[in-house]
Amino acid sequence: MQFVKKDILDMESLSSEEISVILDTAETLKEISTRPIKKVPTLRGKTVIHFFYEPSTRTKTSFDIAAKRLSADTVSLSGTASSLLKGETLVDTAKNLQAMNPDAIVIRHPAAGAPHMLARLVKASIINAGDGMHAHPTQALLDMMTVRERKGRLDGLKIAIIGDIAHSRVARSNLIGFTKMGAKVTLAGPPTMIPMGIEALGADVRYDISSAIGDADVVMVLRIQKERIQGFAFPSEREYAQYYGLTREKLAGAKKDILIMHPGPINRGVEIAPEVAEGPYSVILEQVANGVAVRMALLYLLLGGPR
Amino acid sequence: MKRILISGGRVIDPETGIDGVASIVIEDGKIASIDDPEAQRPDREAEIIDASGKIVTPGLIDMHVHLREPGHEYKETIETGCRAAAHGGFTAICCMPNTEPVNDNQSVTDYILRKAMKNATVRVYPIGAISRGLRGKGLADFGELKAAGAVAVSDDGNPVMNAELMRRALEYAKGFGLLVVAHCEDRNLAAIGVMNEGLTATRLGLRGMPSAEEFVMVGRDIALCELTGARLHIAHVSTEGSVHLIQDAKARGLPVTAETAPHYFSLTEEAVLGYNTHAKVHPPLRGDRDRNAIRQGLSDGTIDVIASDHAPHSAIEKDVEFDRAANGMIGLETALPLSLQLLELGLMDLKDLIAKMSTRVARILNLPHIGLKVGNPADLTIIDLDREFTVDAETFQSKSRNTPFNGWRLKGKAVLTMVGGKIAFSDAPQP
Repeated sequence: MQFVKKDILDMESLSSEEISVILDTAETLKEISTRPIKKVPTLRGKTVIHFFYEPSTRTKTSFDIAAKRLSADTVSLSGTASSLLKGETLVDTAKNLQAMNPDAIVIRHPAAGAPHMLARLVKASIINAGDGMHAHPTQALLDMMTVRERKGRLDGLKIAIIGDIAHSRVARSNLIGFTKMGAKVTLAGPPTMIPMGIEALGADVRYDISSAIGDADVVMVLRIQKERIQGFAFPSEREYAQYYGLTREKLAGAKKDILIMHPGPINRGVEIAPEVAEGPYSVILEQVANGVAVRMALLYLLLGGPR
Repeated sequence: MKRILISGGRVIDPETGIDGVASIVIEDGKIASIDDPEAQRPDREAEIIDASGKIVTPGLIDMHVHLREPGHEYKETIETGCRAAAHGGFTAICCMPNTEPVNDNQSVTDYILRKAMKNATVRVYPIGAISRGLRGKGLADFGELKAAGAVAVSDDGNPVMNAELMRRALEYAKGFGLLVVAHCEDRNLAAIGVMNEGLTATRLGLRGMPSAEEFVMVGRDIALCELTGARLHIAHVSTEGSVHLIQDAKARGLPVTAETAPHYFSLTEEAVLGYNTHAKVHPPLRGDRDRNAIRQGLSDGTIDVIASDHAPHSAIEKDVEFDRAANGMIGLETALPLSLQLLELGLMDLKDLIAKMSTRVARILNLPHIGLKVGNPADLTIIDLDREFTVDAETFQSKSRNTPFNGWRLKGKAVLTMVGGKIAFSDAPQP
């Protein structure tokens, strides 16, 4: 099938066919990163702007490496260095960026919907690298790629996502993405961290993480989004770790081939015990490796074809 | 002596009970006669307004408008806001005190009334602040505000979070016969929500505020109304919980009245999809269940008044990320057509609707000269129920364009607005 999207904004706007094309392409391109000369000329002459209005290490580096391995020219803007600090609005920034005629803009922004706003204003392809609590589609795609590689399929799998669901764009995007591909997603965490109405998106909600882990093929552990929590979501990290942290004991009844995932960064000893993060079931570093492949695939699909 | 004859229209006035084709004669800005065959004699001097096929009602009154002047004239001025009111069929409006400076004293009330006298085409009734500077710390000078012309007090835009202050406001206002208009919101519970909490907020990744943030406060204020015996008017009711509490308070005979705005019975939270900042308003658009409860509350009389909560904002406040966008939408020029849809839904009849947009409002505010009576100033609205049109914000008289209804196809609108015998708006070509 032909891939004809302009932007990658969220998982809701991707069909299951499109998701499959992205994952297939990523698997093909993954090999490039293992070569001694890790570069192909595919996107030579294309310009990609990385516009990160929120701190990021992993995602920004991953996008940058992905673009460079495809020979695109990359420019990085950060929130603190850009005109935003001088009071420029997103609309004006968008118009100015458009005037420089980039081919793609990768944006991370603390406000949900900011990438959608940018997509309406500029001709360049927009890739959402995380907008507030809304969506993080490239993370969901790399998670799906990792699971598919390991399990050979997505359809029929049971995925448990554990922790701070309410503030997590990763949870939302994975819930929608995995559900679209035929997997069954269970969300588990303290009730204060389960957003209202999420069952309507196809999630099975539990408050007891052991019951969620019990029959799961994959357990995805989320970080407590301290920077987004305001108010009284939980009493203490100590109690959180005790009831909702993933420990070896809680994995006692799990499937023998369970996969443990985490989008990073990890708060060791809070949502995940160090021996679990580094244990035999963990595929956390494979996720990071696949992140480059998925982002190469997206840049290739958006910019590589005849336009 | 200038005479105007409005002939052939169906005159409906919930105040006098009249409902039928009748002629109205206006002399010197006052109603000289209604349905007097003698008065209809051929008269070369009289200006004749042909209202046949149309509805003639007492002038519509919007008791919840933000005029933005003084302080934010780039959004709206008293003059443009009044033109918008006339365009929407309103002959009188109440303006909320959250201007800059706040209308918490005589000099600001004076300023508004002087400006209105000079530039406004409709009547302006200022609402003063409950608390000085809207800061929720101490009472504004109610006596002085009332003497200057304020018809009510409200901290609209902010809740009065301190229950003791609200109690004293109700008690003190009682001494001056001032109505207290409550903006019901528990700020702690609403927290940093930017829309209604629920599936739509969850899908969009926006922070929600639960509907209880409103009715927790409605419950508190009803309790304070019971404690003080003072009249309480609940502004912009948006939730099922509030409707139930108000219904119960009324059943117990408490002096509580309530209003809602057209967007709460026309839209749901789904209007926000696509991060539409024009649908960002406080209280936020709610779920379908709440919308149905509001419609039901209007139908059974729990909700007394429809007011627009006209809240102009410019692109500076609205053409930004949803989280950062200002709350509010303009409503003066869409309130009547949207409200007329309630008739199509079978929720009320025309007389009931006119009461909620005119005579009942005047009663709650204790305004002089209610209804179409001989001797009253000729404040009236002529409505064409059959006129279909597409909402086009570019044709609005308001300075602002922040409406989620742009492009809506609606039926029924005001075609003439008359204030004290003067035509404030007419969509007929002027001779």
